[in-house]
Amino acid sequence: MKDSLIALSRDALNSLRDLAPIVLVIAVFQVLVIRQPVSGIVSLIIGGLLVVAGLTFFIFGLRIALFPIGENLAHALAEKGSAVWLFVFSFVLGFGTTIAEPALLAVAEEAARVAVGAGVIEDTPEALERYATGLRLVVALSVGVALLLGVLRILANWSLPIMIIGGYILVMVVTAVAPPEIVGVAYDSGGVTTSTVTVPLVTALGVGLASSLKGRNPMTDGFGLIAFASLTPILFVLLYGIARQWI
Amino acid sequence: MDLIRDSLVFIWDSARDVAPIVIFLFAFQLFVIRARIPNLRRILVGFVFVIVGLGLFLVGLEQTLFPLGRLMAQQLTNPDFLYEVSGHIGETLVWQDFYWVYLFAAAIGFSTTLAEPALMAVAIKANAVSGGAIGIWGLRVAVAIGAGIGVALGCYRIITGLPLQHFIAAGYLLVIVQTAMAPKMIIPLAYDSGGVTTSTVTVPLITALGLGLAEAVPGRSPLLDGFGLVAFAALFPIISVLAYGQLAARKQERSRSIEQNRELPEETDHAL
Repeated sequence: MKDSLIALSRDALNSLRDLAPIVLVIAVFQVLVIRQPVSGIVSLIIGGLLVVAGLTFFIFGLRIALFPIGENLAHALAEKGSAVWLFVFSFVLGFGTTIAEPALLAVAEEAARVAVGAGVIEDTPEALERYATGLRLVVALSVGVALLLGVLRILANWSLPIMIIGGYILVMVVTAVAPPEIVGVAYDSGGVTTSTVTVPLVTALGVGLASSLKGRNPMTDGFGLIAFASLTPILFVLLYGIARQWI
Repeated sequence: MDLIRDSLVFIWDSARDVAPIVIFLFAFQLFVIRARIPNLRRILVGFVFVIVGLGLFLVGLEQTLFPLGRLMAQQLTNPDFLYEVSGHIGETLVWQDFYWVYLFAAAIGFSTTLAEPALMAVAIKANAVSGGAIGIWGLRVAVAIGAGIGVALGCYRIITGLPLQHFIAAGYLLVIVQTAMAPKMIIPLAYDSGGVTTSTVTVPLITALGLGLAEAVPGRSPLLDGFGLVAFAALFPIISVLAYGQLAARKQERSRSIEQNRELPEETDHAL
């Protein structure tokens, strides 16, 4: 209990330090450029305290829950020796956490409006909804495939740079034939897929897996799963844009 | 009172986001692994901390950073403001007139990335796995520098209207060259750091900046040109983390060669 309190207060100090740069940036621009009085200073201070408390609790929970359970599952699955379950686990983790991701929801809706503006789909609520849902499914599928591929890479000991750089070259080739209105959306969707809860779990999965397999180094083999999860959505969304032209 | 209600709403939202993941993890543990979860109580307490923490974090951001940041993005990209600071009243703006936007973009990209919880998670893990060779703070600063440069460059692209894919292709090319030269142990981490920068704190703010900018610059459409900042913010950290690895390796090499130089005269002393 006492140890936990010490850890918690150390995390709180770290959170203060982590958030100081933002406060500084906002303050400097407020004073130098905007030069308008800020209303509601009390609510700003309370909000700031909530951010610090929230970040502190999150990091604390991360250490005692997200990391251990992710690694524990990776160890258990590696010991079980069943690659199939490992693939099922990584695919469902990727697909399931992405389909409900709020950031993706926002991007998909925005993308549907872009598609209307470009005249690709009709301006009806149903068409917008269908387009956005399709996009979300495609992105979720791509993240599932990404984690599966990443786990396969760790098991098979394939070269990460060759796979990732090869993937990016593929992205460049597909970009050249994709409809222009999808390009910006596709490139942005790579960044929004990996949420705050998914990243620690996925990292723990990779590192746990690499450290329980013989001949793998957690540093060079354990990382890289998130890299796949930011690459495949770009590719899949570009292909989605191309496929829509033909259907 | 509103704040308490808002906090509860946000905690409830984050519980709804996290619950499916928790249920999936526990189901997998019970039905596939068929083993009890070690330290179950501790882990459950941890999940409560994660949920409450995420909820409070978001309600606090919604209360402070997001409205202020959005307001600033709007004001900085407001044509009246841009004409006033540039002194080009009645003339067309050139890309140099947007220097406040570049500064703001770099500063906001840098500082929001430093506060990104997902990046902290990866840095904590990398520090533990590397046995302390990779510093938590060092890695985060390296990623944040990359994000700052990325967002500023992304704004430059929106202002000039150059094609997104040219910048991205050039960035990847640089990544390929760096991959060949950087120490092996940093490469997977560098590739990962692209995806973790753009998350809870960064995305809402830079999206607002991009849309505001695309609206303010004549000839840009917010729909077509507002996108792309996230892609920039995700690409440049790869470059900056690879550079961080290269610098660290070079520094190590130099200190090793200095040590060797120091040892050499001593040895000759002994010989005498």
